[in-house]
Amino acid sequence: MSSQDVLIVAETSRGQLADVCGELLGAARALAALTGGKVVAVLPGADGSVLAGGLAAADRILLADAPLLGGFSPEPYVAVLENIIRAEGPRAVLVASTSVGLDLAPMLGAKLAAPVVNGCRAVSVADGALQVTASFYGGKLLADLTVTAAPAILLLAPGAFRPTPEKGAAAVETWQMPSPLAAGAVVFEEMILPEGGDVDLTQQEVVVAVGRGIQQQDNLEVVEELAAALGGAVAASRPIIDQGWLPATRQVGKSGMTVKPKCFLALGISGAPEHVEGMKDSGLIIAVNTDPAAPIFEVAHYGVVADLLEVAPALTQAIKGA
Amino acid sequence: MKIAVVVRQVPDLIEPVEIAASEKTVDLGMATFRANEADDFALEQAILLKEKSGGSVAVVALDFGDVQNTLYTAAAKGADRLITIPYDADLPPAPKEAAAAYAQVIRGLAPELVLVGSYAHDELESTLAPLLARELGLPFVGVVRGVRPAADGGTAVVFKEFPAAALAKMTVKLPALLGILGADQPPRYVPVSRIRALMKTAKIEEQEAAVPDASSAVTVRRLYHPAAGQRAEILEGPPADVAAKIAGILKEKGVCK
Repeated sequence: MSSQDVLIVAETSRGQLADVCGELLGAARALAALTGGKVVAVLPGADGSVLAGGLAAADRILLADAPLLGGFSPEPYVAVLENIIRAEGPRAVLVASTSVGLDLAPMLGAKLAAPVVNGCRAVSVADGALQVTASFYGGKLLADLTVTAAPAILLLAPGAFRPTPEKGAAAVETWQMPSPLAAGAVVFEEMILPEGGDVDLTQQEVVVAVGRGIQQQDNLEVVEELAAALGGAVAASRPIIDQGWLPATRQVGKSGMTVKPKCFLALGISGAPEHVEGMKDSGLIIAVNTDPAAPIFEVAHYGVVADLLEVAPALTQAIKGA
Repeated sequence: MKIAVVVRQVPDLIEPVEIAASEKTVDLGMATFRANEADDFALEQAILLKEKSGGSVAVVALDFGDVQNTLYTAAAKGADRLITIPYDADLPPAPKEAAAAYAQVIRGLAPELVLVGSYAHDELESTLAPLLARELGLPFVGVVRGVRPAADGGTAVVFKEFPAAALAKMTVKLPALLGILGADQPPRYVPVSRIRALMKTAKIEEQEAAVPDASSAVTVRRLYHPAAGQRAEILEGPPADVAAKIAGILKEKGVCK
């Protein structure tokens, strides 16, 4: 018999609790209020005790401490989480759509024969059943789903849930594995950080970002001129970085930088959740896209349905002439 | 190194995604298909590994969408074997069913490395790469954007992507399955003339594999499009007019003088 508890898989980033923990806790608190269960935060790592305070909005914090969990390796992480989930029997397990979460959720689902839903944007309970709204097809479709089995493993869409304002004072417990963890076939060696020297996007007041709508590398000149006119920096969504047209340090989104500039211009960017995660908190967002249904218009304050290659040069002229 | 790559067909998101009258599935009847972007990177990474260290690359795909064009393109890029799994349905299988089918074929290839895109935009329930790894009994790590063969031949060094352009360097014992998000270089361009030439000479093998109809604890009640432009105030007019409006907003907000 499964409990009505909601378990979250907390993550760390560079020695700190990852920002997504706030969203996980926010979603878990809201869902637990509907199921009548408690929120249980699990923090795998080498020594989670110094970070546990950041998860106090949960009802219980389980620290899974082991040297092998100091860097992410899939097999020991899955082993410890499988052990905890089997013992706790939660109604739902909430996982962030991060590099770690995207590995863990499907692996845990397969181990536990549990349903896994990607891109969850809303979670509720109706007639005792878990109701999930999820996005797919790059955010162009939404699906209302009913999940009947427990635990349901839910990968939360980036930025879809508000961090909880609750502070809390959760009890901290140390999870004891029944047997020592074994290193798997995938071994974490080291974290390689980008070399300095390029523009620090996080410090810019104006970011002019481009996506697929730029069409070809030569067209970047148009955007560079606009960024120069505004005294800002050029950034990009993932496809532009993957093409090698701009360095990885210019990527905004889940795998790149999280920016909160005074003004963010999204030019030819569709607005996939992975990108939106990195720019949604910008002060003023103006989007230009030929597709009127592009999800970027959901987060932008102002939008223009047009070709960026026509709007950007005109805007450069307007700025220079202003 | 013997490498197997899975390449899936997905609808091109440049066009709208249609919903069937039942509102419970998509309608792909008029869709234009393309190779899944992350799978395309997986193929590029496989070809790069072959060019660096020798070996062979086999591409495995369900016979769905525009698969023949995708496979001939893969051959033009340097793939050695092209394999399709017969599949006769209007919609692609869910990742769990697809994993069972791909595993039947890939097991017979006995590859040292299996590369699959980390995700596909049409995946709603779980993702193919880790499920296929489990079917094959192989170790798995995903969100990878670079692979190097190690000197010992029994391992590979992989680079897993993390936020802020950080990469986790990991050692993986082979055989293994990697979920690929990016490669050491963008997918290469091949001229249409070369693809057309290979259509006459390259052989596509057909290998039967059962695609099971697995049960799911997830029921779709309704599919729908998100409301467009719910938040943004849309500025209209010719480019010069729109640019003047934006410049005015930027001035008003103190972004520019």
